[in-house]
Amino acid sequence: MIGGVVALIIFIYIARLFSLQVMSDDYKASAESNALYKEIIYPSRGQILDRNGELLVYNEPSYNITVVMQEQVGVDTAEFCKAVGITPEVYLEKMAEIKNKRNYSRYTPQLFMTQIPAEEFAIMREKLSRFKGFSFEKRSSRRYATAHAAHILGDVGEVNEKEIENDEYYRNGDIIGKLGVERSYEKQLRGQKGVRILLRDVRGRIKGRFEEGKYDTQAIPGKDITLTIDMKLQVLAERLLEGKVGSIVAIEPNTGEVLCMASSPTYDPNMLVGRDRGKNHKLLKQNKRKPMLNRAVMGTYPPGSTFKITQSLIGLQEGIITPQTQFPCSGGFNYKGLHVGCHGHASPIALVPAIATSCNAYFCWNLYRMFDNRTKYKSVQEGMTRWKDHLVAMGYGYKLGIDLPSEARGMIPNADYYDKYLGKNWNGLTVVSISIGQGEVTATPLQIANLGAMVANRGYFYTPHVVKEIQGGQLDSLYTTKRKPMIDEKWYPYAVDGMRSAVTGGTCRGANIPGLDVCGKTGTAQNRGQDHSIFMGFAPKENPKIAVSVYVENGGFGATFGVPIGALIIEQYLNGELSDGSKAKANSIQARKISYPLYDK
Amino acid sequence: MTNKLGTNPVFRADWVVILIYICMLVFGWLSICGASYEIGQTDLLSWDTRTGKQLVWMVCASILALFLLLLDDRYFEIVAKALYWFFIILLFITPFIAKDIKGSKSWLSLGVVNLQPAEFAKCATALAVAKLFSTYGFTMAHRKDMIKAIGTIMLPLVLIVMQKETGSALVFFAFFLMLYREGLSGSLLFTAVAMVFYFVVSIRFGSDVMPSTLTSVGEFVALLSIWLFSLGMIRVYLPRTPHALRLLLWGGAILFLSMLFSHFVVPFDVSWALLGISIFVVGYLLWHAIELRIAKYLYISLFTLGSTLFLYSTDYALNNILQPHQQTRIRVLLGVEENNSGAGYNVNQSLIAIGSGGLTGKGFLEGTQTKLKYVPEQDTDFIFCTVGEEEGFVGSTIVLLLFFTLICRLIYLAERQSTTFGRVYGYCVLSIFFFHVLVNVGMVIGLMPVIGIPLPFFSYGGSSLWGFTLLLFIFLRIDVGNKLRERF
Repeated sequence: MIGGVVALIIFIYIARLFSLQVMSDDYKASAESNALYKEIIYPSRGQILDRNGELLVYNEPSYNITVVMQEQVGVDTAEFCKAVGITPEVYLEKMAEIKNKRNYSRYTPQLFMTQIPAEEFAIMREKLSRFKGFSFEKRSSRRYATAHAAHILGDVGEVNEKEIENDEYYRNGDIIGKLGVERSYEKQLRGQKGVRILLRDVRGRIKGRFEEGKYDTQAIPGKDITLTIDMKLQVLAERLLEGKVGSIVAIEPNTGEVLCMASSPTYDPNMLVGRDRGKNHKLLKQNKRKPMLNRAVMGTYPPGSTFKITQSLIGLQEGIITPQTQFPCSGGFNYKGLHVGCHGHASPIALVPAIATSCNAYFCWNLYRMFDNRTKYKSVQEGMTRWKDHLVAMGYGYKLGIDLPSEARGMIPNADYYDKYLGKNWNGLTVVSISIGQGEVTATPLQIANLGAMVANRGYFYTPHVVKEIQGGQLDSLYTTKRKPMIDEKWYPYAVDGMRSAVTGGTCRGANIPGLDVCGKTGTAQNRGQDHSIFMGFAPKENPKIAVSVYVENGGFGATFGVPIGALIIEQYLNGELSDGSKAKANSIQARKISYPLYDK
Repeated sequence: MTNKLGTNPVFRADWVVILIYICMLVFGWLSICGASYEIGQTDLLSWDTRTGKQLVWMVCASILALFLLLLDDRYFEIVAKALYWFFIILLFITPFIAKDIKGSKSWLSLGVVNLQPAEFAKCATALAVAKLFSTYGFTMAHRKDMIKAIGTIMLPLVLIVMQKETGSALVFFAFFLMLYREGLSGSLLFTAVAMVFYFVVSIRFGSDVMPSTLTSVGEFVALLSIWLFSLGMIRVYLPRTPHALRLLLWGGAILFLSMLFSHFVVPFDVSWALLGISIFVVGYLLWHAIELRIAKYLYISLFTLGSTLFLYSTDYALNNILQPHQQTRIRVLLGVEENNSGAGYNVNQSLIAIGSGGLTGKGFLEGTQTKLKYVPEQDTDFIFCTVGEEEGFVGSTIVLLLFFTLICRLIYLAERQSTTFGRVYGYCVLSIFFFHVLVNVGMVIGLMPVIGIPLPFFSYGGSSLWGFTLLLFIFLRIDVGNKLRERF
């Protein structure tokens, strides 16, 4: 009997042990969170250099102040605020912010202030030790050696809750790229956090390393990134756009490397660093001209006459025109009561002079004869689809795929689009304005520059990109694969000749720099308010080294701003410097301001 | 077969017990290594460490064991009474001369070592009780003898309570197991267990409500068991009477009807029906007791009545008589209250340590929870945590089976004693061991309240080690003596 009772008890205890030790994992997790303290070792973030090896972005030690709420009770708030140089209002705000955080705990250190520069912290350091519950941790913060290229470089900031949710790599208070290459190359730049697993006793004291560091991992530093950007060119581009809204994109045609990418207005990237980041961010957001917007890839504009180059190539490829085909232009395109104006030049006119003089009528005829050609295409829809397919292959209508965040795709309408908005009763005439880059067609300045590169290469392009090299890594194959539009190579010389004669004797005479053989095409895009001034070109004609697009909002004729700015960019890049005359011209363009009632009202 | 080992008691002592004893000493010492190990510590044998000290206590204990085996066993019987009174006096004066250690005044300082007389009083009491039982004409059937026996047990218990060592005092209840073996009515023990059962059930499930009635689960189950226990007693003590079946059917019918009523008509507290059944059972048995003049009816009706009264008084007692911290302890233990930082902290940390051990444990000196001092009292009362964490389910099961084997072996040895003295003493020893394992391990794995008593041969400390060695080896010597005398 007694033996039975003993056996029963022992059996119950063994069963209990079995359920505790073998059936349940909860206790193992509790034991780990009890005893193991995971100290994170932060890797240094990769640096960013320009194509010539000039250092643009680097790291500098900075400090975070942390607070353990449980321990800070009774701290003299007024004195503390004085010590760290904030107002009591800010203090209360920060405390409320901490308490509202999702993973808030009274017992663990919470971030109170972040990214305090070393020199500022040096003054606080000593005083800080007097305040119970407050301590600091050393981190590093981003520093910009340049006041330019803000849109390309981007910035870093504290991760938000959504980013933490999406990627379990991040913890509260971590730094993540928010804009520019800081964001698009976040994974390469950030490196890999390391962890040291330490043993923590019941009072929170560190007693040593878990299993002699067997499970520790080293931090892997982030990789340095070399941009394709030529900082000299970038600085010039930004100068030339001062006081104007618009953008300049230059591409090296045979690689797709973006040589400069300016978007105006811009800002100094150092504004988004350190303690004033929040304040400045708000200011920039409130600015009506939207300085945070990278217009080169996010702005979508009517491409205007630069689009005529695409139309020439499509017409030739589809057999709508031959290089010898002539169309009449009697002050414009006049057919069945429709009139599209043009300016005075000889008539009838063939392809090359039509490009040189930017004849609207020629390209209207070209599109009309294509869309309404019932021997080649069964319907206007089929003709349009063919047309759209050509443009998509040239990089229009979809994101090109540049390595910068938030690229816009622009707009190439398709047959469905018109079917929906115009009913089934539309034809080549109804939509004829798309042939001259007006109407529903829009493109980003990057797509326009890419057209220049494609023509310069006589039939191919590489997806434009701003990163030339990742330290110890490889570029995405997207940027090393040739993309070929559906145009036969034999048609390009006519487009090139047209663009060359535009410079030698057409709309682009302002870009005729002796010895550089510039080829170009102006554009003047109608819109609300003043026309946009556009230039697209490349140089030299043979073996081109640079393709450029310039887009100045409300700048008037293409020749007014687009051409001279494009010429200066080309000259600077090919010659390495500007001639004295060009310097004067650059200064005068820099000084010219355009008023923007639509933005500033 | 003439035994080559001859009559030397050291060689003739029960080798199974001695083997288990050695195993436990070694296993215990290894556990203390794990529990008191500090990171970076290299010397486990230094006198400055608890492991070093324990090693010395173990050597002393072995010498003590050897010495005991070499004594003449009849000597124990002779000194039993004197020893008992010596310790009673010692226990009485201890609180006056003892240092205050953690609120308990039970330690006597003897220069190098501190001793706890309570640990040795167990042994003295066991000898005294065994001596009492072996006096000529002693029988549990005589009320006077029973009171004498219970008094012998209760006196040191009360004195130890006065030293604020409640845990050690409770150990004396272990003697009741021996009393059961010696003829204490099983119904009394059963009544005690039943009371504990009512108490636990009514509080643990007191606030849960049964679906579609207004009945508290705890109250319902407790009342249901009072009814069924009473019927069981009738069945056992009054066999071949129709009462058990009759009361079962009537009661069941009433209960079933009232549950239907509550479910379909008006929900009400079904406990009232059960309470009615209990009162009916009491009345029914009392009527038979008076009618038939058979005392058994009276006793069973008293059990039913007592159980019912007890059930309704526990709630009152818990809320009004006990101190708030005692109430919390009980509630935490029964899982009514979660309190992982206060009263529940020790148990929670202990469960974490054991649970994290897994099947095979983390390995010797690799337990993080114990090494980093998350578990309080981990080398004394909570030593079993270390076993659980470092040796896992396998190790802790082996330890439990070792104790099981030891107790079974002691039962076997006690039963083969030719003298009452030997048998009673043997049962005292095994009851004490059983009680320690029951309460200590139960506490560590969260099945028993936190009562600070050591795990024999595992917990750190000279007093408890020597106390248990004394208990065990006196019995082994008595066993050898009886065995040898049988042969001549």
